[in-house]
Amino acid sequence: MKHLLSTRDLSRVDAVRILDLAEDMADVATRAVPKLPTLRGKTVANLFFEDSTRTRLSFEAAAKRLSAEVITFSAKGSSVSKGESLKDTAQTIAAMGVDAVVLRHPASGAAATLAGSGWIDAAVVNAGDGTHEHPTQGLLDAYSIRKRLHGAGSRGRDLDGVRVTIVGDIVHSRVARSNVWLLSTLGAEVSLVAPATLLPGSIERWPVTAGHDLDAAIAARPDALMMLRVQAERMTSGFFPNEREYAREWGLSAERFARLGADTMVLHPGPMNRGLEISSAAADSARSVVLEQVTNGVSIRMAVLYLVLSGNDGTDA
Amino acid sequence: MTQHLLITAATLPDGTRADLRVQDGAIVETGSGLSADGGRVIDADGLQALPGLVDLHTHLREPGFEQSETVLTGTRAAAAGGFTVVHAMANTLPVQDTAGVVEQVASLGAQHGYATVRPVGAVTVGLGGERLSEIGAMAASRAAVRVFSDDGKCVSDALLMRRALEYVKTFDGVVAQHAQEPRLTEGAQMNEGALSSELGLAGWPAVAEESIIARDVLLAQHVGARLHICHVSTAGSVDIVRWAKARGIDVTAEVTPHHLLLTEQLAATYDPHYKVNPPLRREEDVLALRAALADGTIDIVATDHAPHPVEAKECAWPEAAVGMVGLESALAVVQEAMVETGLLDWSGVARVLSTTPARIGRVTGYDAPLAVGSPANITLVDAAARSDFDVARLHGMSVNSPFLGRSLPGRVMAVVHDGRPTVLDGALLEPAEVTTA
Repeated sequence: MKHLLSTRDLSRVDAVRILDLAEDMADVATRAVPKLPTLRGKTVANLFFEDSTRTRLSFEAAAKRLSAEVITFSAKGSSVSKGESLKDTAQTIAAMGVDAVVLRHPASGAAATLAGSGWIDAAVVNAGDGTHEHPTQGLLDAYSIRKRLHGAGSRGRDLDGVRVTIVGDIVHSRVARSNVWLLSTLGAEVSLVAPATLLPGSIERWPVTAGHDLDAAIAARPDALMMLRVQAERMTSGFFPNEREYAREWGLSAERFARLGADTMVLHPGPMNRGLEISSAAADSARSVVLEQVTNGVSIRMAVLYLVLSGNDGTDA
Repeated sequence: MTQHLLITAATLPDGTRADLRVQDGAIVETGSGLSADGGRVIDADGLQALPGLVDLHTHLREPGFEQSETVLTGTRAAAAGGFTVVHAMANTLPVQDTAGVVEQVASLGAQHGYATVRPVGAVTVGLGGERLSEIGAMAASRAAVRVFSDDGKCVSDALLMRRALEYVKTFDGVVAQHAQEPRLTEGAQMNEGALSSELGLAGWPAVAEESIIARDVLLAQHVGARLHICHVSTAGSVDIVRWAKARGIDVTAEVTPHHLLLTEQLAATYDPHYKVNPPLRREEDVLALRAALADGTIDIVATDHAPHPVEAKECAWPEAAVGMVGLESALAVVQEAMVETGLLDWSGVARVLSTTPARIGRVTGYDAPLAVGSPANITLVDAAARSDFDVARLHGMSVNSPFLGRSLPGRVMAVVHDGRPTVLDGALLEPAEVTTA
C-alpha cells in the first residue's frame, strides 16, 4: 500500500487485513514496553492544515509506538497563514527527509492531489480532507464494531449482516463517507438518519438506506448506532432551525437511549456535544464505544503507518 | 500598406472549391484559376475555408492581470485558434466600466493586429451589481461597445437586470448574462449530484443557472429587449431557452467548447484543470447541449477563454481558480463534438463560430462570409489532421487547458485578419510581421 487516501477504493480483503494487523498492534500495547522497533529510522510528518488535536495525537502515538520519528506541522501561526501553498509546505517538509505525510486539510481531495501531484515522494495518509473522507476513522470504527461483536475472535472476520445506523450531518461528514464505503464493503447494512437538509443529494446511489426518523431507526434495533457531531457552523446556516429542534428530533436523548436495544452499541467519533446529538446517559453507558474508539484509533494508525512505510506487503494487489 | 493574397483551391463552407483573391483588406474576386497578381499565394488545396472566427466571450486579463494574459498574448492565442475577433470580457482591473478603459483595450488590440478586440462593457460599476455603469459612454466611445456583461458575476438583482435590459436597448446593445444565482452557489465547486456528494465537493446545482435564465427571458419579454445567455451548461437551461424562442423572446445563447465535450466525471481526479464555472455537467447535459447547438436553440459557441497562472491550478481543488483557456482548442473541440458526430456541417460551424456571434456582437463585415466585397477575414483548416493536443499548440501566456494530451481533429493552417496573414503554414507569425503600429 503506497498511500491511504480513502476507504472507497479498499477491497474487502485489504480492509480485513488492515483490521487484523491492527489486532496485532493492539497486542503491543499490552506489553511491558509497548513499543516496536519496526519503523526505526523512518520519519512521519503530521501536516495539519486544520485543527484536530485528537487525530494528530493519535497518529503521533501510533508512529512513536513503531519507533518512527515524528515531526508536526500545524497551520495555525505557521507559514500557511502567510499564504504558503500546500505544494510549498509539503515540499518544504519533504526536503527535511520524510517518509510519510499524514495530511489533514480543509479542502476535499487535498490528499489525492498531494499523492498524485509528483510534488513529493513520501507516502500520503489522509487524516481528513474537507468533507470527503477520513479513512482511518472509518477503519477504527469498523475495528471497534468488530471487536465489540467478536472480541478475541475478531481476526479474519468481516461485518457481514451487521446493521449500522449513522445519524446526523451526513452531507458534510467525511467520517460518514469513509464509514459508508468501508462498512458496506465489509458486508454491513448501513442506514443513514438525518433531516433532508443534511442528507447528500442522490443518496439513492449510495449503498445505504436513508431516512429521517431516529425513533424508527432505534425501534429497528441496529447492532451499532453512530452519532455524528453537529458542527457549530451548521447551526447558523439554515440546515435546521436551532439546536433544540435538532436535539429533539435527532439527538440520542436519555429517553431514546433507554429504548435502544440492549445489544446496540453506541459510537461517536468525538468530540461530543453532550446534550445535543448525544446525552451523557448514552455517552457514559456500558454500551458506549467512544473511549474504545480512541484506543483502537492508535492501533489502526499503527497498522496503516506500518503498511505504507514497510514497503510492498501485497495488500495493494 | 496593401497586401495582395491569393488563396487557391480552398473548400468553402458549402462544400464548393474556389480561389479567393484578397486586396486592400477585402475579398475582391472569387473563382477558379485566378491570378496571383504578384501577391503571396496560399495553397489551400484540401483545406477547409471558414470566415474568421468570432469569439463573444474571451478574458484577455489586461489591464490588471497581466501575469495571466495580455491583449497581445490573448490575441496571439486567438489567431492561433483561427479567430479574427474576440470580445474582451469586462472583469479587468480597473473594470471595463468606463469609456477610457474600453478604448484602451480596443486600441491595444488594433495596434497588435492579431485580432479585432471588441471590449465588453460592465453592466454595473465595478461589477458590483448595484449601479449601472456608463453604458452610453462606452457605446459612444471609439470602442463602440455593444455587448454588456458582468460575466464572472451574475446580475442577480431583478430590478437592476430589468433596468439594464431596458437601458442597453437604447444603444442597440445586448446584456450577456452570467446566469448563476449567487446564494444557491455559495462555495460551489462542481456540478451538484451523486458525484459531488461522493467527492465531498460543494455542489453547483443546475437550478441556480436555470432559475436566472427563466427570470431573465421573462424580463426580456416584458421590456422587449435583447438578451444573451453566456455559457449555457444544463439540459434544463436548453429547455427554457427553447421555450423562450418559441414564444418569440429575443434571446440568444452560447455554449462553450468544454461543455460540449467534457463531463463532471473528470472532477473525480481532483485535478483543478477541470474546475470551471459553470462546472462541467453530466453526460446527458452534454448531449442536450450538442443537440441544441445543432437545432439552433443554442446560437453560438463561445470559448470563455480564462487564463490563469500555473500556481492558481497547482493546489487542492477547492482552492484553485475557476476557468480554462480555450481559444486555441475551440475549433478542434467543435469539430470533435459536432462535425465528427454528424451534428453540424462546416457551414454550420461557420454559423456558430463566426456569422452569428458577429451578428450578436454587432461586428460588421461578417454577414456575407467569404463573398466578394467582404473584409478578408479567413481561416483555413486542415480538417483531416488529428493529433494529441499539446502545450505547443498554446500561444497565450497560460497553459490551463483541460485538453492537453487529448486526441483532437483539425489544425488551423492559415488565418487572414482584415486582409493580413496572422497564421501561415500552420505557424503563428511574429508580432513584427503582424503589428499595425
